[in-house]
Amino acid sequence: MIVDKSIVGCKSEVYEFEIEKGAIRAFARAIGDDNPIYHDETAAKEQGYRSLIAPPTFPMTLTIPKPGLSNMDKSRTLHGGQEFIYKRPIVAGDILRCVSEVVDVFEKDGKNGEKMLFIILETKGEDLEGEYVFSSKTTIIYR
Amino acid sequence: MQWSEFEIDQELKPLVKPPIEKVHLVQYAGASGDFNLIHTDEETAKNAGLPGVIAHGMLSVGYIGQLLTNLAGNKGFVSNLNVRFTGMVFPGDVVTCRAKVVAKDEVNRTVVFKISSETPEKQVITGDATITFYHE
Repeated sequence: MIVDKSIVGCKSEVYEFEIEKGAIRAFARAIGDDNPIYHDETAAKEQGYRSLIAPPTFPMTLTIPKPGLSNMDKSRTLHGGQEFIYKRPIVAGDILRCVSEVVDVFEKDGKNGEKMLFIILETKGEDLEGEYVFSSKTTIIYR
Repeated sequence: MQWSEFEIDQELKPLVKPPIEKVHLVQYAGASGDFNLIHTDEETAKNAGLPGVIAHGMLSVGYIGQLLTNLAGNKGFVSNLNVRFTGMVFPGDVVTCRAKVVAKDEVNRTVVFKISSETPEKQVITGDATITFYHE
């Protein structure tokens, strides 16, 4: 196995994402969520937002190459869990600077006694003012 | 709902989504950028040892996001959403999302929920979430 504890601390470059209204609408439609704050800018403004806001799971669309995991056989991975933490909602027009980092790797025994490797990948996003907006933590299980 | 309307142990009205269709998985793949073919291509799914294509786990988490954002209304926002995947979802499945109040914090104006999703057969997601309410 190429993936082990040594990848903890591996960091991506900084990726800049412009949050677009069309991307928010398409994502909300894909979930089947017709909340007007995702579709109608006037409705979002009436609720006090600058523009459309993004659904809580929207950071999944911000694809950053996973640091330290390029050698991993994708067919042996499972998505074990996911966390999102927000200081404020993401708003259309935001330009977010995001960095992903492997923050933990640990081993656990599976149901049948086989070893499973848990990889915790954290992505943090801040706006152009340098204010923290969100972080997301992905648990990847490597079998 | 307002922060003051939530009570500990209160179970919120569940969100029952329409049955998942394969076209929803293609649509979610496109919108999210998750093009892992186990979600859209039967052959790939079967080669991976699955009975057929499976739904993106994050699609079901998106449904939980919908339930929570509806609860927050224009009074707050989802400040934390933390889930663990416990089961797979297949085309045809009806996913039901639930939230139950487990804690409230007056100072931070937060409500913490235990959340879960299930198909008629099994639980597929478990976790917790927080809505932070804006000060009036």
